[in-house]
Amino acid sequence: MTAPLHDSAGETATVDVTADMPAKDIEGRSPGRIAWTRLKRDKVALIGGVVVILLILVAVFAPFIVGLLGHPPNEFHENLLDPDLGTPKGSFGGINSDFLLGVEPTNGRDVFSRIVYGSRISLLVAFLAACVSVVLGSILGSVAGFFGGWVDAVISRVMDLLLAFPQLLFTIALVSVVPNSLWGLSGSGVRMGVLIVVIGFFGWPYIGRIVRGQTMSLREREYVEAARSLGAGRVYILFKELLPNLVAPILVYSTLIIPTNILSEAALSFLGAGVKPPTASWGKMLSDAINTYQADPTYMVVPGIAIFITVLAFNLFGDGLRDALDPKGS
Amino acid sequence: MLVYILRRLLNVVIMLVVVSMVTFGIFFMVPKITGSDPALLYAGRTTDKVAIEGIRKKMGLDKPITTQYGLFLKGVVAGRDYDAGPDTTHCPAPCFGYSFKNEQPVWQDLKDKVPVTLSLASGASILWLLGGVATGVISALRRRTLLDRATMITALAGVSLPIYFTGLVSSAIFVYSLGWLDTINYPDGGLASDPGGWLNAMILPWITLAFLFAATYARLTRATMLEILGEDYIRTARAKGLTESVVIRKHALRSTLTPIITVFGLDLGALLGGAVLTETTFSLPGLGKAAVDAISTGDLPVIMGVTMIAAFFVVMANLVVDLLYAVVDPRVRLT
Repeated sequence: MTAPLHDSAGETATVDVTADMPAKDIEGRSPGRIAWTRLKRDKVALIGGVVVILLILVAVFAPFIVGLLGHPPNEFHENLLDPDLGTPKGSFGGINSDFLLGVEPTNGRDVFSRIVYGSRISLLVAFLAACVSVVLGSILGSVAGFFGGWVDAVISRVMDLLLAFPQLLFTIALVSVVPNSLWGLSGSGVRMGVLIVVIGFFGWPYIGRIVRGQTMSLREREYVEAARSLGAGRVYILFKELLPNLVAPILVYSTLIIPTNILSEAALSFLGAGVKPPTASWGKMLSDAINTYQADPTYMVVPGIAIFITVLAFNLFGDGLRDALDPKGS
Repeated sequence: MLVYILRRLLNVVIMLVVVSMVTFGIFFMVPKITGSDPALLYAGRTTDKVAIEGIRKKMGLDKPITTQYGLFLKGVVAGRDYDAGPDTTHCPAPCFGYSFKNEQPVWQDLKDKVPVTLSLASGASILWLLGGVATGVISALRRRTLLDRATMITALAGVSLPIYFTGLVSSAIFVYSLGWLDTINYPDGGLASDPGGWLNAMILPWITLAFLFAATYARLTRATMLEILGEDYIRTARAKGLTESVVIRKHALRSTLTPIITVFGLDLGALLGGAVLTETTFSLPGLGKAAVDAISTGDLPVIMGVTMIAAFFVVMANLVVDLLYAVVDPRVRLT
């Protein structure tokens, strides 16, 4: 991609960066490099980014990690439970060197393995749903902003409608009527597919609005006029001239939509509209914990903290990325 | 002004028609795709063919989809009669159909649940608007102090915490460990029958639900306030000798409220989702709890009824927000 991320930003920011550098360092810097320099200085965002990468690695290598440090996620260990209460023996939910995060009440499954496997569902649904939102949002948003008129009016109304829609209720209604096998998938696969499509579909207006606004301001720029005077068609201008300049805001908002998606997936699983048991999911663990948290608070705290850390890491990284790519920033 | 209100009302109607079409579409199309028969679901354990045909006829399930949709809309607005010869049942407006499970009109079941959700949503939104805006303003005015940092870190944490987690943690602490509150048990008659019990049941749900949103609003208020404090008209206001408190209250705060109200309007849909989660976490007998319980029993008409009622409230609340817009920001011309 050769087009600048933010052409106006490039000039001002370059001056800022080079001002306190030795003379020999004066050279053109791409906006991408400037953003990277800024991001490197933002320690909080970097920590967020590192945690995000670690979480992705955990999700990808889940079977390996569990093989090394845990027990199979669906293996019952009833011998570790108090036979009368059904709660784990020992303090803090049965945490010891063998069961790093304790065992689950009632069934005695290894909480550590279920958290590790749960990260797969959480991240996969969140990432793929974000992809759906980004594709729909960038295309429809840029089309609305670029063409204006009735096209814009229709797309904008649809976005308003979706944003005011009681999304969560609608999703649980939809999930409750979705058949057990669909699109060649079955069981939890179907539920995941539905979650990805629905979460992604309700998420696109957030990106669409931003992209629409950016497109409206960019289409008045000189370089668009230049392209038009050279005889470029509208579709060419939209996809070859405008879209590359929209990459920065799209990137930022897709990073920020992922934590929202993680929370949505967890919420739907919590309400019983997520993946089906025995597949491990963080939201489902929390809803199981409702019945036992007075006796065994550890089993409630662990998945809650897992969701919290994941969402916070994405939020910190996304915030930092936004500041780094902000043309007005220093 | 009148034209504006009329236009907004037209929007409300369109919105509700679209929601009803989508909801109705799911209800009647999905069973077709999956091959399950609503008449069978109403019939319960009966396998008698004649009885099932009778139900199908009575509920109008034998008519084409457009006719069924028309009857459904009529039922919501004016009530409807399910007639099958001598066995006629009247379902008074707003009629959302009959529950699969207890064969009562859906509205009959839901009408006592509306006040629970309304008191949860309104109490929480008042709390978060006051709390979020106040924290944001203080943070902006004390920029780069320890207080500002602490507030913003709390706010970021607040955005990242799911309601159903903070809800469980807060009741574990305040109800079971410290014993400051009694076990949460919503009184049957609501506020009127037992104000103390009602308050005891609502206070943690309010705070839990408000905390999530307050965090977002604190961040937004702080950012907007900082931007506005840099505007020329604030300098002018200070230059003409107004006291700092007048500058903040009358000049800066008023412009800060405009984007807050916009976001508030957008958040109403999310508030409802939050209410569903909060009700489930605290076992409050509201609309959301009813919908979630209906999923586990597969009671589609109840889920549809809740979605429609919820959409109605979201759309109406959005109308109020739009009108409020004009009050706060005199630049908004209502045409």
